[in-house]
This record gives sequence, C-alpha cells and structure tokens, in this order.
Amino acid sequence: MINIFLNGSELAVKEGSTVLEACKGAGVSIPTFCYDERLKAEGSCRICVVEVEGAPKLMPSCSTLVAPGMRVLTHSPKVVKLRKKLLELMLSNHEISCLQCEKAGNCLLQDYAYEYEVDTEKTKGRKKIAEYASSNKFFSLDQSKCILCGRCARTCSQLQANDVWAMAGRGFETEVSTPFGIDMEEAGCVHCGNCVSVCPVGALKPNTRHKFRAWETRKVRSTCAYCGVGCQIDLLVKDDKVVGVEPAGGKSNNGLLCVKGKFAFDFINHKDRLTEPLIRGEDGRLRPASWDEALGLVAGKTKEIRAEFGADAIMGLSSARVTNEENYLFMKYMRAAVGTNNVDHCARL
Amino acid sequence: MTNPAADVKNADVVFITGSNTTEAHPVIGAYVKQAVNRGTKLIVADPIRIPLAEIADVYLQIKPGTSLALSNGMLNVIFAEGLEDKEYIGKNTAGAEALRELVAEYTPERTAEICGVKADDIARAARMYASAGAASILYCMGITQHVNGVNNVYGLSNLALSTGNLGKPGSGVNPLRGQNNVQGACDMGALPDVYTGYQQVGSPDAQKKFEDAWGAKLSGEKGMPSTVALPAVLEDKVKMLYVVGENPAVSDADNQHAIKAFKKAFLVVQDIFLTETAELADVVLPAACFAEKDGTFTNSERCVQRVRKAVPPKGMADWEIFVKLMNLMGFRCHYDEPEDIFNEMAALTPSYAGITYSRIEENNGLNWPCPANGHPGTPILHVGAPIKGKGEFKAVEWVPSQEAQMEGFPVLLTTSRLQHQYHTRTMTGKTRAIEEHCPGSFVQINPKDAESWSIEDGETVRVSSPRGSVEARAIVTDGLKEGTASMPFHWADSANVLTNAEDLDPVSKIPGLKLAGVKIEKL
Ligand code: SF4
Ligand code: SF4
Ligand code: SF4
Repeated sequence: MINIFLNGSELAVKEGSTVLEACKGAGVSIPTFCYDERLKAEGSCRICVVEVEGAPKLMPSCSTLVAPGMRVLTHSPKVVKLRKKLLELMLSNHEISCLQCEKAGNCLLQDYAYEYEVDTEKTKGRKKIAEYASSNKFFSLDQSKCILCGRCARTCSQLQANDVWAMAGRGFETEVSTPFGIDMEEAGCVHCGNCVSVCPVGALKPNTRHKFRAWETRKVRSTCAYCGVGCQIDLLVKDDKVVGVEPAGGKSNNGLLCVKGKFAFDFINHKDRLTEPLIRGEDGRLRPASWDEALGLVAGKTKEIRAEFGADAIMGLSSARVTNEENYLFMKYMRAAVGTNNVDHCARL
Repeated sequence: MTNPAADVKNADVVFITGSNTTEAHPVIGAYVKQAVNRGTKLIVADPIRIPLAEIADVYLQIKPGTSLALSNGMLNVIFAEGLEDKEYIGKNTAGAEALRELVAEYTPERTAEICGVKADDIARAARMYASAGAASILYCMGITQHVNGVNNVYGLSNLALSTGNLGKPGSGVNPLRGQNNVQGACDMGALPDVYTGYQQVGSPDAQKKFEDAWGAKLSGEKGMPSTVALPAVLEDKVKMLYVVGENPAVSDADNQHAIKAFKKAFLVVQDIFLTETAELADVVLPAACFAEKDGTFTNSERCVQRVRKAVPPKGMADWEIFVKLMNLMGFRCHYDEPEDIFNEMAALTPSYAGITYSRIEENNGLNWPCPANGHPGTPILHVGAPIKGKGEFKAVEWVPSQEAQMEGFPVLLTTSRLQHQYHTRTMTGKTRAIEEHCPGSFVQINPKDAESWSIEDGETVRVSSPRGSVEARAIVTDGLKEGTASMPFHWADSANVLTNAEDLDPVSKIPGLKLAGVKIEKL
C-alpha cells in the first residue's frame, strides 16, 4: 500500500493501481466513456482526466498509475473545464434526440451533459447522419449517435476475440464500421451482442419491438436458461414483461453473453405459451381443463397403474431445464409418493 | 468440470475434442480464443473442421468414433518418449502399468490409420499436451454420445492423470454440460441409481437417511434409465410416463421409435409450450419458465447460482405442481417457497451442505463441494491429490462402431449444434431474428462426395439410415472429410430420425447420437 492525496485527503491505495481505481475505491465518481475494467486501458476519450500536482498536463486517470505522495484533484476548475469542452465537442456532431432515443435514462453522454451543465445551444455543429450500414437482424449501429469511444471494437477483439469492428476514416469522417464496410457476418460477427451491451450511448442498440426507457424498467438478476455456462444476466422488466437482457458479472461469464442469452428471450412472453392444463378427450383431441381436473387425473392414473402393475410401471423424466429445487422435489415425488426409483432426465441427450 | 470455465485462460495448452465450443458454449469459446491470442497452444480433434480448428496449432480431423484410439495413441507417444509425470503417477495414481502395456499397441502409425490423420500430428499433439506446465482438456457430447462414450472419457482422464494435469489452475478434464441445469439435475438425484449428491440407491445407510428425513418407505431397487424405459413401454413393462420440461420426441435418438412409446403409454407432459412431445400427451400441465420462479441452477463448473422471479407465471411453477401432486397422492407436504426446498435438500446432501440462498448472493455463486457454512466452495477439484485418493488409469481398448460397418450405409454422419439455436428450438425458435438467421435443417458434405453423388451446394437431398429417412439442404464444404457428413439435431425432421437408439453405452446407457451410418442421395 502507498499513500496518495485525493482532493486533499490522504488515502492508502494498492501499489500498481490506477488513479481511477483509487478514486472508485474512495467513492469519488469520475466520468468515463472508453474505460472498461476488463479491457486494456486506452485513455482515448480523455473524459476521465484529473489534475496531478507537478504534471505538465491533465492526466487520464484510467491509465495513470498511483505514486507515493501523489496529489490528485478530480474536479478542479481546469479539469471541469476540459471535461465540459470534450462533451461540447462530442455533442456538436451528435444527433441530440433524447426525446426519441431508447437509450435516454441509461446514456452516459446524457448523464454527463447534465452533470457538467453543457449548453447544447453552443454545440450546434455539423451533425453526423443516421446511417445503419453496419447492422444485422439482431442489432443496429446508428452512426449519428456514435461518440467513437471504441469500446465496441475493443470488446469484440479483446473479449469476444473477434475483430468485427474497426475505426475507419479520419477527422469528422471517422466512424466505427466493419473492415471495408463488409457484411457483419462476413466480418465474423456471431451476434453475441457484447459490443451492444457496452456501448455507453444510443449508437449500438438491439433491434427490439419493445418500447421502454431505463426508468420504466427494473432489473432482476438471474441465470441464463440455455447452456451449461450459466451466464449471469439482468432481466429488464417493464409492466410484468421481460423486455431486454443485460449481461452481469458472474464467475463463469465475466459480463459476456452469447446470442441466445442476449437476444433469445421472446419465448417468455410468447403467445404460444401454455396457460391452462389440457386433457386428451374422448375424440382424441386435447381440450382445456381445470388444474383440479388435470392433477386429479394424473394422481388417479398413477394410483390405478401402481395398484395394477406396481410402482415400477411408472417412469418419471425430470428436466435439465428446471431448477435444483424442482429436480429434488420431482425425484422425491417419484421415490416417496409414487414409490419407484424410475426417475431420470436427459443428461444423456 | 474439474476447473472453472474462465480458468482455461490459465492453460499453456488446451486440448479440445468432441466440443464445438464456440457454437455450443460460446462464452467458453471466447475464453479459448482469448487464451490463444495470448499465446496458449491449441489442439483440436474433431471430425468437423470447427471454427476453433482454424486457429489450432494441431488440428486432427479424426473419423467419427475414433476418439479413444486417438487418446491411446497420444499416450503411446507420451510413455514411449518418457513425457509422463512420473512423480504424479507414483504418488497419485493406480494402474499405470496395465495402461502402458495396452497403449504400446497404439503406435502413432496404427492410430493414424484408425483415426484417418497423420502419425506426425498425433505425436506433435501428444508432445505439446504432455510438455505443458498446465494443460486443460475440454470435451462435450462428441465424446460422450457414443456407444463407447464412457471409455472415451477414460481415454481423456488417462491423458490428464499421466501428465499430472489435475488439481491445478489451467488444467483438468472438463466436460462442458449441454443444458443449463444438467449438472444440477444430476446433483439433485434425478437419476435412477442415486439420491442427491450421488448417494447410492441400494446403500442401506443412504436409504435409511432419506426414509427418515421424508417419513416414507423407499424402494431399494435401482430404477430404469430413460433409454431403457422407452423400449420397456413397447414391451408393456412401463405403463405411464411423466415427462417434465423435455422434448424427447425430437431430441431422442431414433425419435420415430420414441414416439411410438409416447403414444402407447399414459403420457403426462409438463412444459411451457405445446412441444412435439406434449402433442402426444394424455395430460399437459403448463409450467412456469425460469423468469417466473425462484430457485437455483448449477452450471457446468458446479457453481450454484440463483434464478429469480421477474414476471408472473403463465402456467404454474413446476415445484408447486409437484407439491400438489404429492398431496393428492396422499404424501402430505408443504413448502412456502423454493428456499425451504433448497434447505431441506442441502441438509441431506454433503456437497451442498454449506450452501444457502444468502451465501450464494454474498459469494456471487458457490461451487460445490461446499460442505459447511463458511466454506468458500471448491472451484478446482482434486487439488493436492485426486478426491478418491488415487486416480485410477483405465486401460481400454478401442473397438470400431457397428454404425461404421453397415452394408449400404457407408457415410458416417455426426450430429451438430448451432450457436443461435438451442436444443429442439422450443425457446430459441420464438425469436424471429434467430429463425430468420437459421431457417432450417441442412446436411454438410465434402466436395468430392458431392461430385460423385452429383449433388450441388444448396440442393435438397435425401439422407437415410436403417432407422428412417429425411430431406435436407446440402451444404458442400471442405470442413468435412470424404465419407463423413454432419447435420444439426435442432429440427424435428432432421438428424435424430436417423440415429440409433438401440445400441447404448454399457455403463452410461447413452446412445451413439454422434455417429450414424447413412447414405445420401440426390432426389
Ligand atoms: S455482436 Fe459480438 S461478434 Fe458481433 S461485433 Fe459485436 S462483439 Fe463482435
Ligand atoms: S458504437 Fe458505441 S461503443 Fe462503439 S464507438 Fe460508438 S459510442 Fe463507442
Ligand atoms: S448466454 Fe450463451 S453462453 Fe451464456 S449461458 Fe446463455 S447460452 Fe450459454
């Protein structure tokens, strides 16, 4: 541990940590766009700058290491002025349409513009136009909202280990795109959506038919219901419907998901979901029935078959899709209530 | 898995076989690619030229059904060149001599012939794996879904034991579990021969423990595995099937045969959609999906994690259905919520004894074994020494599959998965973009075969086996060797019409889903 002075107060921090990490640990909030703790720090957006006593320039806190006795000011007038200037620059070519933008309420640009009191009247520059060239069935990239933080590209290359995104062009023309603007699939995109989940603004967004804003939703931490990786997810819930999925930092997934975990949630609220029990009628067709009737029939049949042929004439197939609690209860049902060890599931298949 | 998923990033060498990791377990696939980008060496052995084969240091395009021969061949090189970890073998294993003798027969040349790969590549793979500081093996259904699946797994654990690649970061023998809670279903004793935590049915102590806890008399007879139960329906030995959250009418081997059993038995299906299996049922019970109830899942790395009720159930939570049925059967019981069930289970299950909902939350998931409150969980198994004291080598001989020797069905078909689709598509098929992206089944064949059968890329062809016949779009690709083909199993009228359900692995009772003898014809 070494000691630094953060906004005048002495603070013990781990050697080798960055100024940003030290600030986070001390509960001092620093704005960031391009920073992600899982990625190599790039220091390119510069919004995280701080004043370090003795340093000739403002320093990006995400890539500046702490040093013994270092004196850091996180919100000095010089710092605030530069941050404001940077935000003005970003907004000057940004299509400011927060009224229509799904990202409103969950957008770092909007949050910081508010926090640093940016006057959008001063930011009326040449706007980028909304262009969706690099898009696919699962998500779209709106160039008019992109702040060129590069998080999507670095996530794709460093975490997903694909290289779908590149920063192309110069100056005002700089944009995020696939190499030479080829199709995303051709560029190797697997639709994992990990670039979408890290975009801090409304540039990369899922193609969704749900309309919702961050403040209308609540997040429920859960586990992806598809494969055995067991990625941790946050279900976004609005009006008792799941309208989106965000990756969470589980032990096995570290904030990553695949296309199924990220985008394949429409089944939850699908019109074909079964809502009432069905019983095969005399005519050979399935007809709706009450729970009492259906469960009564199941229990009745079970007893009847057990009486005539013994409990071992009944087989229960549990499921690798239901919870541990339910698997436990089902095998208890088969063993203790029905009286057979004929219970299995599809581990084999 | 003996080691956590992300731990593969600590490996010097990763050996992947029978797992199309980037498709079936995409996040782990991404970790493997991250590792390779940072200098980890990669060995891939798979009949399909999977995406990871493209970045492998050694790629062995083995014939389907020859994994065990490959492992034996690699062990031959390891022993012949003295690359084994003698200290580890001496201290922690048993049976090395028998194995050494057996694999002496599997020279790289002979193995190369069996597997259809170069002898040199086998030797390179063996040296690479054995010389690593830490080497991890990842495998999946391409190993287990064979009539000699258990022996295939022995082959891989022999490799790990002989080189001391167990019980340390970046090592291990890591089966990637297919379904989200397949690990949990096994742990919970949804198996015919064990109670929770693999306590044996037939052990008087275990039986008494559960009888006392549940207040019921239990049968000491082991039950039937599912692959035996379906034929038993056709033989009139099983009269009733209760299927929860599964669609075996599509996913079972030789599904046409399975369907006969479902039609014959009194069939209860509990699911969230009217699946192909539910359509055959006498009673259908609408269940709740994962977002509609509280509970836990246990993932591939044995990490117990929570699911939480986010929205109201469309049907009824499966656990509530079971409680109602128990009471209707005259077995009185009551639970206020899933947490009560978990606590009852944990008290009966040593490996889960230290896990509670609040500890799962505090620890961001807990890996079993977690024997006591305060125990941090066990992300890596066999640290220090194998759990059972000594790791046992199993000297097992490779035998050719019957499927590879059938008159009139000369092509070796292996089944595959796509990352956008999941299992029988009951869930993924409801997302429009996914259906648009993966609209239907196909069969992949080699260009030379395509030429000799006069089949063009994109053309619809007929694929037949002794079990049945389906049509599929042909994709001509050099990702497959001559004489082999591959087909996804997600669609009802695809691969599992063709697979063999009769020949099972003698121990695991798994059918050989990954290898079917077929013929492919122009329509
Ligand atoms: S969806 Fe995944 S693969 Fe595609 S560009 Fe984004 S991060 Fe890369
Ligand atoms: S698309 Fe989003 S993440 Fe990518 S550079 Fe633009 S703003 Fe950043
Ligand atoms: S998000 Fe993808 S990789 Fe993760 S658990 Fe779900 S299906 Fe598996």
